[in-house]
Amino acid sequence: MFDSLSERLSGIFDGLKRRGALKESDVSDALREVRVALLEADVALPVVKDFVSRVKDKAIGQSVLKSVTPGQQVIKIVHDELVAMLGAEASGINLLGVPPVVILMVGLQGSGKTTTTAKLAKRLTEKEGKKVMMASLDVRRPAAQEQLKVLGEQIGVKTLPIVAGQMPVDITRRAMDAARLQGFDVLMLDTAGRLHVDAELMAEVKAVRDASQPLETLLVADSLTGQDAVNVAKAFDGEVGITGVALTRMDGDGRGGAALSMRAVTGKPIKLAGFGEKMDALEDFHPERVASRILGMGDVVSLVEKAAATIEKEDAEKMAKKMAKGEFDLDDMRTQLRQMSKLGGVQSILGMLPGMGKIKQAMAGASIDDKVFRRQEAIINSMTPTERKKPQVLNASRKKRIAAGAGVEVSEVNKLLKAHMQMAKMMKQMSKMGKSGRMPMMPGAMPPGFDKFLP
Amino acid sequence: MSDTQKKSWFQRLKDGLKRSTGAISTGIGNIFTKRKLDDDTLEELEDLLITADLGVSVAGKLTKALAKGRYDKEIDEEEVKTVLAAEIEAMLAPVAKPLDVNKGHKPHVILMTGVNGAGKTTTIGKLAKQYRDAGKRVMMAAGDTFRAAAVEQLVVWGERAGVPVITKEIGSDAAALAFEAVERAIQEGVDVLLIDTAGRLQNRRELMDELAKVVRVIGKKLDGAPHDTVIVLDATTGQNALHQVEVFKEIAKLTGIVMTKLDGTARGGVLVACAEKFSLPVHAIGVGEGIEDLQPFSPRDFARMIVGLE
Ligand SMILES: Nc1nc2c(ncn2[C@@H]2O[C@H](COP(=O)(O)OP(=O)(O)OP(=O)(O)O)[C@@H](O)[C@H]2O)c(=O)[nH]1
Ligand SMILES: Nc1nc2c(ncn2[C@@H]2O[C@H](COP(=O)(O)OP(=O)(O)O)[C@@H](O)[C@H]2O)c(=O)[nH]1
Ligand SMILES: [Mg+2]
Ligand SMILES: [Mg+2]
Repeated sequence: MFDSLSERLSGIFDGLKRRGALKESDVSDALREVRVALLEADVALPVVKDFVSRVKDKAIGQSVLKSVTPGQQVIKIVHDELVAMLGAEASGINLLGVPPVVILMVGLQGSGKTTTTAKLAKRLTEKEGKKVMMASLDVRRPAAQEQLKVLGEQIGVKTLPIVAGQMPVDITRRAMDAARLQGFDVLMLDTAGRLHVDAELMAEVKAVRDASQPLETLLVADSLTGQDAVNVAKAFDGEVGITGVALTRMDGDGRGGAALSMRAVTGKPIKLAGFGEKMDALEDFHPERVASRILGMGDVVSLVEKAAATIEKEDAEKMAKKMAKGEFDLDDMRTQLRQMSKLGGVQSILGMLPGMGKIKQAMAGASIDDKVFRRQEAIINSMTPTERKKPQVLNASRKKRIAAGAGVEVSEVNKLLKAHMQMAKMMKQMSKMGKSGRMPMMPGAMPPGFDKFLP
Repeated sequence: MSDTQKKSWFQRLKDGLKRSTGAISTGIGNIFTKRKLDDDTLEELEDLLITADLGVSVAGKLTKALAKGRYDKEIDEEEVKTVLAAEIEAMLAPVAKPLDVNKGHKPHVILMTGVNGAGKTTTIGKLAKQYRDAGKRVMMAAGDTFRAAAVEQLVVWGERAGVPVITKEIGSDAAALAFEAVERAIQEGVDVLLIDTAGRLQNRRELMDELAKVVRVIGKKLDGAPHDTVIVLDATTGQNALHQVEVFKEIAKLTGIVMTKLDGTARGGVLVACAEKFSLPVHAIGVGEGIEDLQPFSPRDFARMIVGLE
């Protein structure tokens, strides 16, 4: 959907063969593009302006390194500055207080407070050996207290029993007493979602804060948030006083500019990142990765990690062995196709790889999408096990049967077989390179030669 | 909430939208106390539209339209606002279409989709109340069989709206539930069936496949259904909303949009970009958590509020 910054900049610097120091006019042109890239990534405008002027000061007069193009150099400066602003050092959850230590979760409606509360409780219980209790103060959203209770049961963390009709501050006091009496280390308070402009509800959360004296007050915010991020962060920090931010839905394909906006206007660290709906989908915040994402530079580290997490280990090992031998039949190809879909489909994989912006565009242009891959899988599904093991047995009549079974033309079957042949050939080459140690392998992450599917 | 319920819908819409337009209108006021429309002024204006989430390209287009024939001329605040509002209204006018459940389908099936936490369940509750008040026989289906207490949440909305809710235990197949719900709705002679779905991010292929299956299964049970497949967009969402619509449209065959949470300070400008790019009907807007807080989408009001005109 977006041009990556590197594509934009290569447009500017293409034909700029000059070496030496970056001139002010070059930098200004480049920074205009940086500005657009940041805005398209949903970084809030005031933050963008501030950021761009900082980068400008750094970039002018810098000598161009021999090995890089000016475009890359500007990107590097921008990227480094982004990382610095996002918070280079990781900061964890503060638990250094007299137990029960209180963690208060606040934020807009639907931002992910309840889910994040449970995820964090699980982490503190399992990884830090803490005795954690959770309490829901959400008396507004239907079944909100029930939601936290169910999550507590799922993760084996105690929740404060629900008393119908009790108001948030009273629930807070009851929770404090219970946590103290029952010897809990940590008490997590989940609150109702509220708009920062809702004076009544902001007063309520302040009363909860005063009654519970939290050590951590985390603003839970959606990483897909747009320009409003600054208003939200400013208001919650100004009124309630936050100690950090938890960004949710980082598993989405948003560029995550809200991270920069919130960090910039509050100065508070981003402490947690939610990567999914499941209870273990909580990670530390990685400024490097988010910086790459904001700039549309792809995120190889994430991809590798995601691949490792998603792909069944056995599959991957089996595949690695076969790859090492240079074997690759249609069963293997099907496994690859399936793994790709688990990774979130072609588009999202391409988005994570650096330099893939162009291919992604080409694919969008040629309306090649995941459907093609699904059709490929359907074709393989229509084959017999023998045919999958030994594609050479596929004669005209077999191909016709397969095409009918998959609901495609015979030409599609031929195309698939051709793609498979090319992939198998590449596997052979790779296995040779792998043996000589020149080729780092990422087993199972992506079918090599998958670009051969492109028209 | 009770307080807001007494006000007219237009007042509530205005209250909601005003809060979000305060900044932009002061901003415009600052730029134009009668001055020349030059490049700097235009850039400032473009910036203001960007802060409303209109996105760089739509904001650029609008300022260009403004500059046409006016460049280098003296211009005052009111005129700028009027021209901008007219441009935005023109972009939105073709997509403003209420959900029409009187097309002779029995039941008329509406499937509510969108990313996590956007406001699907709440919107279904609000719609159920509206149709019920209009004298329809309404039924809801708790199609979010994944999220903890999602079923209980819709059941509460069922009580509030006085509408029966079809449920299955958590973890059930969403498509099977949808199938059963359509079957029940047919048997019981229901006029409108509203089906909830679990929130899902558009880049989660397996979840999108599941949604496609729900759509397919509904169509199998009742020809032509779902008659409306609506995506719910959260007004605080930035440019990613465009991608949400693009993917849901492709996979779930969207027929329309509802935008929620316009009672905050987010201005939902991305809706303008969506209208331009996808021409999908915009049915309604959510302006609060209460059962009455769903309003028809009025391009004129939306556009005028965005630029800060009363
Ligand atoms: N202020 C405001 N809050 C809203 C609006 N619409 C929904 N909400 C709130 O947003 C939160 C999420 O709404 P839900 O209806 O549960 O959203 P959903 O899309 O069904 O969420 P999931 O099923 O969890 O994906 C709830 O706290 C709602 O009360 C609105 O127009 N304005
Ligand atoms: N994909 C994804 N969904 C999330 C994440 N965090 C929360 N959610 C979902 O977002 C929705 C709202 O979350 P919830 O915790 O109920 O939000 P609350 O209203 O702020 O308490 C639910 O559907 C959650 O499953 C995340 O990191 N990724
Ligand atoms: Mg909650
Ligand atoms: Mg829901």
